[in-house]
Amino acid sequence: MSSSLPASDVRGESAVGLQSVAKNTIHTNEHVLEIVSDSGEGAQKCGQIFASVAAKMSYGVWTVEIIPAEIEPPARTPAGASGNLIRFGREKVTNWGDEANLVIAFNEQVLLSRHRLHALADDCTILIESRWMDHADEEIRLAWKAAMDEISDSGYRIIPVPMEEECLRRVDDPRKGKNMFALGILAQIYDLDLDKIHDQIRQQFAKKAPEVSKANWDLLQLGVDWGQKNLDFNVEIPRVEVDEPRVVMNGNQASALGAVAAGMEFCAMYPITPATSVSHYLCDVFETYGGKVHQSEDEIAAAGVAIGASYAGKVALTVTSGPGMALKCEFLGLAIMTEIPLVVLDVQRGGPSTGLPTKVEQSDLLSALYAQPGDAPRVVMAPATIEECFHAMVTARRIAKTFRCVVIVLSDANLASGQQQFRRPALDERWHAAPANHRAVGNDERPYDWDPATGLSQRIVPGQPGGMHTVTGLNHDQDSKVDYRPETNQLGCEMRSRKLALLHETMSPPPIHGDDEGQLLIVGWGSTRGAIEEAVDRARADGQRVSSTHITFLSPLQPGLREIFDRFDHVMTVEINYSDDLNAPHITPENRRLGQLAWLLRAQTLVDVDCWTRVPGQPLRPGQIHEAIRNKLSSIDAMEATRS
Amino acid sequence: MNDQAQSFFGCGLDDERTFDLDDYGDVVPRWCGGCGDHGVLNAVKRLMRDEQLVPERTVFVSGIGCSSRFPHYLNTYGFHGIHGRALPVATGIKLSRPDLEVFAVMGDGDCCSIGAGHWLHATRYNIDMTVLMLDNAIYGLTKAQTSPTTPEGYKTNTQPKGSYLPALNPIATTLGITNVSFVAQTADWVPAHLLATIRAAYKHQGFSFVRILQRCPKFTAPLFAEQARTPDLHEMLQHPDGVTVAALDKIYKRRLEHDPSDLDRARELAEESEHVRLGVFYRDDSRPRYDDTRHLPTYTAAQNIERLNAEFDRYAV
Repeated sequence: MSSSLPASDVRGESAVGLQSVAKNTIHTNEHVLEIVSDSGEGAQKCGQIFASVAAKMSYGVWTVEIIPAEIEPPARTPAGASGNLIRFGREKVTNWGDEANLVIAFNEQVLLSRHRLHALADDCTILIESRWMDHADEEIRLAWKAAMDEISDSGYRIIPVPMEEECLRRVDDPRKGKNMFALGILAQIYDLDLDKIHDQIRQQFAKKAPEVSKANWDLLQLGVDWGQKNLDFNVEIPRVEVDEPRVVMNGNQASALGAVAAGMEFCAMYPITPATSVSHYLCDVFETYGGKVHQSEDEIAAAGVAIGASYAGKVALTVTSGPGMALKCEFLGLAIMTEIPLVVLDVQRGGPSTGLPTKVEQSDLLSALYAQPGDAPRVVMAPATIEECFHAMVTARRIAKTFRCVVIVLSDANLASGQQQFRRPALDERWHAAPANHRAVGNDERPYDWDPATGLSQRIVPGQPGGMHTVTGLNHDQDSKVDYRPETNQLGCEMRSRKLALLHETMSPPPIHGDDEGQLLIVGWGSTRGAIEEAVDRARADGQRVSSTHITFLSPLQPGLREIFDRFDHVMTVEINYSDDLNAPHITPENRRLGQLAWLLRAQTLVDVDCWTRVPGQPLRPGQIHEAIRNKLSSIDAMEATRS
Repeated sequence: MNDQAQSFFGCGLDDERTFDLDDYGDVVPRWCGGCGDHGVLNAVKRLMRDEQLVPERTVFVSGIGCSSRFPHYLNTYGFHGIHGRALPVATGIKLSRPDLEVFAVMGDGDCCSIGAGHWLHATRYNIDMTVLMLDNAIYGLTKAQTSPTTPEGYKTNTQPKGSYLPALNPIATTLGITNVSFVAQTADWVPAHLLATIRAAYKHQGFSFVRILQRCPKFTAPLFAEQARTPDLHEMLQHPDGVTVAALDKIYKRRLEHDPSDLDRARELAEESEHVRLGVFYRDDSRPRYDDTRHLPTYTAAQNIERLNAEFDRYAV
C-alpha cells in the first residue's frame, strides 16, 4: 500500500488562493471507476450524472448500479455499499469491463465490500473519506485500522480525502452534499465538461428548489478546486467525436420509451424489483401520449387487466420480474389460448424464489419458454443492449399484433439500470398500431378463422357489429365455441404452433462475431453480448480460433444455428444462470444439469453444446469469460491429446 | 339490417335498431334442470331488452365454474377466462374501452375464494360495471366441495363431517370495503325482484355488486328449499332509492324501510338474521370512480412522435 498524500497534508487548508500540485497525466483509452457510499449518501446520483456527462462528451459508456437489497441498510457496513460503476472510454463500450481502476469511497467499510468482491484492480487508485481515520469513536478508528490491514496486501494507492470537512464550508449537513463534492473531484481528474455537469444537475434536480441546484453546483466546484490543489495526477482519455445523433439512458428508460414509440397505450403492473423503474418512468411520461399505467392489486391482476385491455382492442403491456412471471403464468396461458396479443417485459433477477432481487441473472429463459400447462407457444426475445431494449418493444408489439400472440421480452437487472449511449432512433409512424377498426363483421367471418397454412386469423374486437362471440380458455373451434372433439383440439394446437413456424421463416440467422468457422463457438443471449465479444476478441488476439454468436429470438429459435454450429469443432454457451460443474462431486455427463440456453440448443440442434455459466449476482466480466474460453480450449487440447 | 347500416351504427350513434329477447341469444344453456343460473340468464336478457343494450357494445366477463358459462349463452361479446379472475379482465376492458357496457359474472368460489383479492380491490376501484355473484354455496362444476359461503355443518365431499366454520358473509364483507358504492342481494326464486335488482345495479354508475342466492338442485338442494317456498322467511328492504316491486307486496309481507344511503344501518342489516334479506343494502352515487379519474385524450401517431422526439432531446448526447 502506498499513499503519496498523507492525510495531514490535505487537511485544514483553505481553497482560497489555489495552487495546483504538479500533475502526472495518465494517458489511457478507457477507465473503470466506482463511486461507493452508504445507501442514501448519493453515490448513485453522482455516478449517473458522471455517466450521462461522459456520454454527452461522446465517450463510450457502460454503467452498472451497485445496489444493496435494503432501502436503508445499516451505515458503514460492507452489505450497505451503494453506488455506481462506470466504464468509459474512447471507443464504444459494450460491457462493464474488468476490475476498477479508480474508486471514490465514502467510508472504509463500503470500500471493503468492493475489495472482498475482487472488484478492484491491483493498482487501483482509491480516494477515501478521511474522517473515519481519527474519528472520536474508538470503534470506528479500530474498524478503519482493521480495514486498512485487510487491504494492505494489495497494490492499491490510497488517497485520503477530507470530504465532509470540505463540504462543511458550504453546507450544514455534509452527508447531503458529499456526492457532489466527489463528482467535482472526478470531474477534475477526468477533465469533464463542467457546463454539461451543470446542465445535468439542473435536469436531475428540476423538481427541487433552485437553491438545491445552486448548493450542488458550489459543492461540485469545491471538489474541482480540491482536486486541482491536492491531487498529483489526472487521467486523460481521448475522445472521438461521433457524427451521428446519440442518446444516453438506462435499459428501463429505453424499454419504456420503446413502448411509447410502439404506440402502446396500456401498461398494467405490480411493483417488483428490478422492473419497477420501467413503470415509474411510464407513470411519469405515458399520459403525455394518452397512455395509462395501471398499478394492480397483484401480479396476477396485472396480467388480467393487460389482457382485458388487449382483448378490447389494444396491445397492452405488463412489466414484471421472475416471481411475477410465475404468478402470471395461468393468465399468459389464457392469452395464448384465446390469441389475445400481449407484450410481457420480464426484467430478470436472481432466483429461485425471492433470490437476489436487485441482481442480474438469466434464469427465466426456460420458464419463459415452457412454464405453462399444456402446449402454449409464445414468442420469447432478449435484447442484448440498451438500444435493443428500445427496439425490442417496437418489434414485440408488432409481432404480438400480427400473430395474435404473447411476446415475452427478457431484459435483466444489468440492462435495467445500466446506462449506455446509442444511436438516436428515427421514430416512425408505422411502428404504431393502426387505430381500432370497428367495421361490421360479415356473416362468413369467424373469430378464429385460421388460415391452415399459417395459423393466422383476424382479430375481432368488442364494438364490431355482427362479431359477437365469447372467447374462452377452453378448447374451442373456429367460432370460439367450446369443443372437446379430438380433431378440434389437435387443430387448435397446430394453428397456435404454426404461427411460430411462420414467424421463424421471417427471421435471419444470428451474425457471427469473428470468423465463420473455427475451433470454438461461444453462444450467448441477452445482456452478456458485450462481455462475450470482448472476451472473444482477447482470445482471438491470443491467436485462438474462437468466435461468438448471440441469439435474440429464443422462441421461435433463430434459424441457421445447426449450420453455424457445424462449422465449429466445439460449441459452448456462456450464461448467467446455474449449471453443474463437471468436476463437482457426483456430477457426470449423464446427470449434469446444464445452462438454460445450452439445454435449449442441444434439444433443437442435436449438437453436443457445452456451457460455462455462473450466478454471481453481477454481470460477467470479459476477463472471466476469456479465462473460461482458455480453460475450455485447453481441456479440448488435453482430450484430443489423450485420443491421439 | 344490412351490413352497411350495421357498420354505420357500429359507431354507437343514432342507433335505430331495436332488440328483442332472442337478439341477446337463443342458445339452450347446458346447466342442470332447476339450476338457479337459468333464472339469472333470463333476467339478464330481459334487462338488456328493456334497456336496449347494443349487443356488440356489451361484454360479459366470467371466471370458471358452472355460472361462468354465462357469456356463452348470450349474443354479446363474452370473455370466459380463468378461475377467480373475471374482475381484473373486466377492469382492463373498461379502463381501455369506457364505451363498452361491462358485466362480470362469478360464482361464490370464483369471487369469494380464489378471486377474493380482486373482489376487495375492484370494489374499491369502483369502476362502472355490473357484478353478479351467483351464490349457490358450493363448488358445483368440480362436484360438491365446500365453498366460503357453504353454511357451517353442511356436508360436502371435502368436509364430509360438515363445513367446519361459519360461512363467509359476502354482503357484510363488501360493505366493509372502502369506497364501496352499491351492494344488493336477491334470489333466483323471486324473478321479479331479481330483475329489478340487477336493473338497479346496471343503472348505478360504479361497481354494482349483486349477490344472487340461488339453488343448486344437485348439491345444495336442501339449503334454500324452505326459503324458496316460504315468502315469510324473507325480509324485503324497500326504498325509493333501492328496489321496490309492488307486485310482490302481497306475497312478501315482511318489509323493511331501509334508506340505502345509510351505511351503518346497511352493515347491521347485513349481519345474520332469521330472515333472508333481499334488496339494496347500500348505494352511494358520489363515490369516486377510478375509471373516471383515468380518462385520457387520444393522440395521433404523429402527435406522439413529436412529443417523443422532445423527450429524446432530454437524453441527447
